[in-house]
Amino acid sequence: MEIKEIENLAKLCRIELTNDEKKELSGEMDSILDFVNQIQTVNVGDKKESIGQLRNIMREDKNPHESGLYTKDILEEAPKTESGYIKVKKIL
Amino acid sequence: MKIDTKILTIREAHEHLVAGDFTACELAQACLDNIKPELNEFIEVFDDVLEQAKEADEKIKNGQATLLTGIPMAIKNNILIKGKRTTAGSKILENYKAVYDATVIRKLKEAGVIFIGGTNMDEFAMGGSTENSAYGVTKNPYDKTRVSGGSSGGSAVAVTTGACLVALGTDTGGSIRQPASFCGVVGMKPTYGMVSRYGTIAMGSSLDQIGPFGKTIEDVEIIFDCIRGYDDMDSTSIPDKTYEKIEKSLNKKQTEIKIGIPRHFIKDGIDEDVLANFEDSVERLKKLGYKIKEIELPNLDFALAVYYIIMPAEVSTNLARYDGVRYGLSEEGKDLLEGYLRTKGQGFGKEVRRRIMLGTYVLSAGYYDAYYNKAVALREVIKDDFRKAFETVDVIITPTTPTPAFKIGEKSNDPLQMYLSDIFTVSANVTGLPAISIPAGFVERDEKKLPLGLQIITPEMREELLFKVSQSF
Repeated sequence: MEIKEIENLAKLCRIELTNDEKKELSGEMDSILDFVNQIQTVNVGDKKESIGQLRNIMREDKNPHESGLYTKDILEEAPKTESGYIKVKKIL
Repeated sequence: MKIDTKILTIREAHEHLVAGDFTACELAQACLDNIKPELNEFIEVFDDVLEQAKEADEKIKNGQATLLTGIPMAIKNNILIKGKRTTAGSKILENYKAVYDATVIRKLKEAGVIFIGGTNMDEFAMGGSTENSAYGVTKNPYDKTRVSGGSSGGSAVAVTTGACLVALGTDTGGSIRQPASFCGVVGMKPTYGMVSRYGTIAMGSSLDQIGPFGKTIEDVEIIFDCIRGYDDMDSTSIPDKTYEKIEKSLNKKQTEIKIGIPRHFIKDGIDEDVLANFEDSVERLKKLGYKIKEIELPNLDFALAVYYIIMPAEVSTNLARYDGVRYGLSEEGKDLLEGYLRTKGQGFGKEVRRRIMLGTYVLSAGYYDAYYNKAVALREVIKDDFRKAFETVDVIITPTTPTPAFKIGEKSNDPLQMYLSDIFTVSANVTGLPAISIPAGFVERDEKKLPLGLQIITPEMREELLFKVSQSF
């Protein structure tokens, strides 16, 4: 895998990499992809992809917990908060 | 009474507690005394262990004790216990305190279990040696220069050394069974959907299952019975009535049970002593009256490749949530994007970043069909292979691992070599089938005895058969 391709992937993953890591990863990705590529040799016929037997399992939207029950605990875990809100850098 | 938690079972402990031979506080203290910091089995030992034990003693005194009241347990540090630091072995969650209890924890709390601490693990459960933990490797109690296995290495070691009576781990590709095998204890991965995943830090959501570690089959079964069951907080959990029907329909005598061996799969790249030990196990099972039959699982060879496509794909989506905004590590950047890049770049370890990259690649436009879709279709083909095999046999056995515990550092620079140590365990995750690793003897390496495991796999929701065959071994 070319370094440029690694850089593009890292950008998609939102992961910052050093130049050494990029080089290392390019070799490792090649050897892993080479290994998993063996699946290309199998003919799966008309098998369709499907995960599990269960489809669209939803919970009824009822019996909500008391409002604010978890708010304090959750906000305590947030890196930055302001008057009961999680604070983020401006986007626009 | 002197308490030896290295040999004490749940039932024995319960009888002693009720008889007043020792208190839950004394039992918990005996476990705490067995913690071996030089093995590094815990990321966090809880500071309220004796308080929890006092509560259990109250219940015992008032005659309200159930089988698990006062039983000390270690929990893999990726399962949420409210108010406790839950790191998943990662720097990105170094100071994260769980804000709710996982369903399995709620059930264990109701049963009166005492939580000793959060055990060490490969970061986000990615690895087979705990060398990927941001908190250092967990060493093997049989030989400190070797790994404990992983990713649930800390839980396996804590059971081996008596730092708890039983433990919980998670198993995505062998992460309970492989360390159980390396440390000489019992470790079990239930059928996918049998145990709620609510409150477990997700890795590969279609593969992850929580399961127990113990010294005996009975201990593992007791914990499994406590944590199993439908949970409407986990949309993939199986409704209880589905398996109640199955369990009632089948009950064979030992001599009627057929054991299948996929011999075509148990030859290349496997340690000779492991092979010899496996043949000994087969002989032992024959003597017990089981019928042994050779079976063919034609696409089993591809299970590992399928796993290393589906798992990273799921990892890359699951781990997108660690953005430094709502919880966990947050690195400053000049704008939102740079904050993300730095947080993930510095918070995630090498293996985690590698798998996120790989998963993003196999899911990216242009490669999606060739990798992800193909792997998911092949997964169904492998499931069919097992379904067909289970028409002629009741259980399938393999060694748990291709080698005994390897040396620390031996595979850490070659990710592919590390992945190959999952060769026998991944198929149970790819297919969702239940599987267990039970102690099967020892080999000698560098004048040290190292444990080996035998893996048993049954059709889905047939855990009772898994325990029955294991118990007889």
